[in-house]
Amino acid sequence: MSRIIVVTSGKGGVGKTTTAAALAMGLAERGFRSVVIDFDVGLRNLDLIMGCERRVVYDFINVIHGEARLNQALIKDKRNENLFILPASQTRDKEALTKEGVGKVLTDLSEDFDYIVCDSPAGIELGATMAMYYADDAFVVTNPEVSSVRDSDRMIGILSSKSQRAEEDREPIREYLLLTRYSPERVERGEMLSVEDVQDILSLDLIGVIPESQAVLNASNSGVPVIMDGESTAGQAYSDVVARYLGEQLPHRFLEIEKKGLLGRLFGG
Amino acid sequence: MGLLSYFKSKSTSGSASLAKERLQILVAHDRAGRDAPSYLPQLQRDILKVLRKYVAVEPGAVNVNLEHDEHHEVLELNIVLPEGERSTG
Repeated sequence: MSRIIVVTSGKGGVGKTTTAAALAMGLAERGFRSVVIDFDVGLRNLDLIMGCERRVVYDFINVIHGEARLNQALIKDKRNENLFILPASQTRDKEALTKEGVGKVLTDLSEDFDYIVCDSPAGIELGATMAMYYADDAFVVTNPEVSSVRDSDRMIGILSSKSQRAEEDREPIREYLLLTRYSPERVERGEMLSVEDVQDILSLDLIGVIPESQAVLNASNSGVPVIMDGESTAGQAYSDVVARYLGEQLPHRFLEIEKKGLLGRLFGG
Repeated sequence: MGLLSYFKSKSTSGSASLAKERLQILVAHDRAGRDAPSYLPQLQRDILKVLRKYVAVEPGAVNVNLEHDEHHEVLELNIVLPEGERSTG
């Protein structure tokens, strides 16, 4: 039996795809068979972040329409044998996603995989609602910024009312707050909402805080999920997120300003 | 710039507190709308219709609001009567 995770946010550009890629790779690194699906039909990007853009032959929509078999469309990750990617279509529009079609693909995948990570598109339209409909768990990716927090709250409302679990009156989707692009310096200066502020407003379980980091751009530039950059604060923070998701109790890191030593101050960061 | 501005920037709180305040109000309002039963707008229109048989109230005079408490829900109904209606009885 597999677990379906949706990575969602409402607002665009907050780090959904970065998170979906990191999460899927992190779970695969821990030995779980994982697949990450791009639900952003028409604007596919997960393939780029995963570094497999030149290996896309068939896509999610081809499988839904019966134009390709699932194992023809799944791309096996070259770095980790437990990880597979199901890319979105670049040419179709999102109306090609149907509840039945998506449900069938997820059911087939759940026979082979421990975790199915659904990378939601921005917005609250069909692509986003399809990505969350069958979910067991939801990562609500939020930036410490007004429009992102508001959109996340909107998405929380949709998760609790428009999912299959809600419609069938089953146990609700487990929702986790993931705060990204966090800058302790700006929080200290009173320019940015703090972790506590966002938690007060959204009242969700905090699964992790990803600090603002150059490593995230480097990772997407090179098509390597940032979680593989174990040197970086963002990579380490994502590793912690995966560990917490799997039940480990870890304190939150990178919430305080890094104190530079005398040498660091003299020679710069 | 210099020492003075350094102390000044420390003492005045940044825009984050304003952001939090605005968000708290907004999110509470959004949630109230989201959780409200779907019959509320129709109820509001019906009450207004009945009321207007007797009193010439403004279209926006009826305000229906549902508040949640831990143990119970309160349906608040607010009607603004026009000035001078009392004398006509």
